[in-house]
Amino acid sequence: MNKRIVITGVGLTSPIGNDLETMRKNLIAGNSGIGAHEIRYMGQRPAGFCDFDEFKHQKKKTRRRGTRAGSIAIHCANEALISAGFEINDENRDKVGIFLGLTEHGNVETEEEVYQMHQNDLDYNLWSIHHNPRTVANSPAGEITLNLGVTGPHFTVGSACAGGNMGLIQGVQQILLGEVDYALCGGVSESPQTFGIFAAFNAQGALGSHEDPKKASRPLCKTRDGIVISEGGCLFFIETLESAEKRNAKIYGEIIGYAYNSDASDFVLPNAGRQMECMHKAIKRANISKEDIDIVNLHATGTVMGDINEMKAVREVFQSSKKSYVNFTKGHIGHSMGAAGALELAGNLPSFEDGIVHPGINVEQIDPECDMENLVINEAKETNDVNIILNNSFGMLGINSSLIIKKV
Amino acid sequence: MSADDVKKIVLDIIADVAPDEELDDLKDEESLREQLDLDSMDFLDIVMELRKRHKVEVPSEDYPQLATLSSCVEYLTPKFA
Repeated sequence: MNKRIVITGVGLTSPIGNDLETMRKNLIAGNSGIGAHEIRYMGQRPAGFCDFDEFKHQKKKTRRRGTRAGSIAIHCANEALISAGFEINDENRDKVGIFLGLTEHGNVETEEEVYQMHQNDLDYNLWSIHHNPRTVANSPAGEITLNLGVTGPHFTVGSACAGGNMGLIQGVQQILLGEVDYALCGGVSESPQTFGIFAAFNAQGALGSHEDPKKASRPLCKTRDGIVISEGGCLFFIETLESAEKRNAKIYGEIIGYAYNSDASDFVLPNAGRQMECMHKAIKRANISKEDIDIVNLHATGTVMGDINEMKAVREVFQSSKKSYVNFTKGHIGHSMGAAGALELAGNLPSFEDGIVHPGINVEQIDPECDMENLVINEAKETNDVNIILNNSFGMLGINSSLIIKKV
Repeated sequence: MSADDVKKIVLDIIADVAPDEELDDLKDEESLREQLDLDSMDFLDIVMELRKRHKVEVPSEDYPQLATLSSCVEYLTPKFA
């Protein structure tokens, strides 16, 4: 890469915390944020919801007009700016870009409108005047620009559950291209606000369940039975190393490599071969060897075949790399879809300071097909030093992404 | 329905459409747009809420009738009869 690009701000909301410090404590302690929630038509289901104050950074009127995804995005963007110590002003508002990864967008609003229309004798004259601005694909990113007064570019990156990683990668690329000097980038998801995603995973036999909702999300566990749907968001503030040093900003890590590719093999089933290629490509671009990587964060959603295929790929790449620990995050927070990659990366970034590898939780009995050395499960691992993290995020239609972050 | 009842209906809708606004000191005869942070989408929202909650229709040519609180009441009261 022709510029060194660093993360200097992190803003997030998750089922286990609305700031990085709280989320990190819960990750290390092994606390789950999943609870039983009433889902329209389907009754109580395990799901992850966030409890941040929607009106901390947003007026009630714009919240009413906008979307839950926009509200999550606005919270994360403002918190990322605070964390970065960066203020939007007339000198910089056109130099900031907003790049948000999304799994999907508009389903929540459309589903609600159809529901309301059925409650009102199918009277389409009651369809909301806000439907179009709420459901255009750039909506949550655009809501951030309205809230912050940012006049640089904004768009969303539709990339299924690789969205969080892809948003950050897009931010890096826009800085490399010279389009912007600063980027707020990452991913958001409002998925559990719609019953359709629950019903669809249920129909696929891939909706996670357990009598104790906190154990419903259990990637790599022999008894895992699917995905637990969560909402969440995480935006990073990124800039060049030179800019960060000039501002004397705290640096959370440097993005030294990334890669993304397509499976071209199945609508939903992941492809271990393409995932391996993606990781190898990111490692090559970062100009490191796999043995340099201290933490590999899995995508690991808790589906039977998804976890087996990913572990096949990760074992193949990292089996011989004795110092690489492997963890995952969805046991704690469920699958936060478009936010997952960014949130999961954020959860590991403090390892650069404390040397601790947080565990993946809820593995009562490891599935032998998912096992490998150096898996950090159920209990945190203290190490001497963490210098490089590789963060995987994969999505439907076969989209893979790997990000590599280095301690500065 | 009395004029006071209609005024309360309109104020309830404005309170929902513009939840950040303080409505206690609203002057009946002054333009709502000059007293409150309302834009054209907000007025469309008010019309929509009248339709949804009270089945009252306001055709677009009558939108100017919603300019002030008192003009709203004067225009809408016969529709609530």
